[in-house]
Amino acid sequence: MALATRTDKRADRKAGDPGGGRPGKRPSVLGTLWGSTVGKKAVMAVSGLVLLGYLVAHLLGNLKIFFGPGEFNEYGHWLRTMGEPVLHYEWALWIVRVGLLAAVILHGVCAYQLSRRDIAARPTSYVHKRRRASYATRTMRWGGIILALFIVWHLLDLTTLTVNENAQPGHPYENVVATFSTWYGNVIYITAMLALGMHIRHGFWSAAQTLGMGSATRDRVLKITANGLALVLTVGFISLPVGVMTGLVS
Amino acid sequence: MRLTLRVWRQSAADATGAMVTYDIDGISEDMSFLEMLDSLNEQLILEGDDPVAFDHDCREGICGACGVVINGDAHGPERTTTCQLHMRHFSDGDTIDVEPWRAGAFPVVKDLVVDRSAFDRIIGAGGYISAPTGSAPEAHATPVPKADADFAFEHAECIGCGACVAACPNGSAMLFTSAKVNHLNVLPQGAPERETRVLDMVATMDEEGFGGCTLTGECATACPKGIPLPSITAMNKEWLRATRKVAR
Repeated sequence: MALATRTDKRADRKAGDPGGGRPGKRPSVLGTLWGSTVGKKAVMAVSGLVLLGYLVAHLLGNLKIFFGPGEFNEYGHWLRTMGEPVLHYEWALWIVRVGLLAAVILHGVCAYQLSRRDIAARPTSYVHKRRRASYATRTMRWGGIILALFIVWHLLDLTTLTVNENAQPGHPYENVVATFSTWYGNVIYITAMLALGMHIRHGFWSAAQTLGMGSATRDRVLKITANGLALVLTVGFISLPVGVMTGLVS
Repeated sequence: MRLTLRVWRQSAADATGAMVTYDIDGISEDMSFLEMLDSLNEQLILEGDDPVAFDHDCREGICGACGVVINGDAHGPERTTTCQLHMRHFSDGDTIDVEPWRAGAFPVVKDLVVDRSAFDRIIGAGGYISAPTGSAPEAHATPVPKADADFAFEHAECIGCGACVAACPNGSAMLFTSAKVNHLNVLPQGAPERETRVLDMVATMDEEGFGGCTLTGECATACPKGIPLPSITAMNKEWLRATRKVAR
């Protein structure tokens, strides 16, 4: 009954394509990656893992704030001189910045394009609603937008010092204390770090699946690692505003 | 049992549909969900109404033809096909919402019937092996390790019902495609086309307008045959491997 009404809408396009196979020229590896949902997800996974790696290093550096202005500011200065004398002053820092920018752009563009596609693939929603998937999974897109906005604010606040209350170049310790001495600085930062934790919780595990590294036996280890990373990074970063608020850092 | 059904009615593919409420009495808890719909249709025919169109065939859970979304769940509250879901899982006086699979790649044909021919085209792109036909080959000529045979069989259980697509918030066909790819790619018979199979089937899946995977796990929860979520991971691995290999 239903079969009779079915039409092959792509019959004309598929003509001359034996058995759906694509003989002859295939696009390059990058072309295949960018042109496929699976490939774009792999780009997202790799760029996400690069950013996650950076965050671990960033947290370790940030924690030096608990050892006083001398040590923290010295670390801030070292970031500019690292790589010397092989590299010129600030070159290593700029290489890292360009790499991070590329990762953020790739991650964001893929997320945008895949999300557009996903939303279009489900044009009609169900009348009978029910809760689907975990909170961390459902909030990946909004969480990503929150994090993107946070990065803009964070750079304006502590890199360019445009919106910083203290805005003393070369004195990152004093600038950080100034940020966390304002109520909005704490609210923005803590909200973003909670979003970060959720994003990593689903994102790390998801990246492992996308890159084909998960399996039924490895699933537990991956989930524990994802939750562990999310918890350590969130608690670690939030310890800074809490440190300033409690007067531990001043 | 006395039930209130709210069923999606849509007279044709291009018509606007709506949920229509029906009261039905005398439903036995031993009836399958489809038999309950049969009873509703008998009632509708007697009243001179148009019966509800729904897909069905074997009614023993192996063909994959039937499938509707019951109270928001593909195939309803139990992990089985709609034909194998029995009314004992509902209570007297319940209101049950019945909707068709919802996905851009599965347009509604009529009422609860959707066009799943996109799946056929994914299969056509590589869900087969090329082998000389004739008499059955000697079973011991091509040894298959037990673990591989089990893996292939687990994925061969997919009946192509489309519940994974219906349950996925992105309308993605990754679980279906991965079941088909993994089933053949692990076996020696599928080895000659191992790379082209995964690349072409994924490309066709994308062309058909299915969404991407965000690993929500809804598909594997809905699958009446228990195709596991790591199936998608295994296909991602195959796809990345094939991309590297074909480029050489």
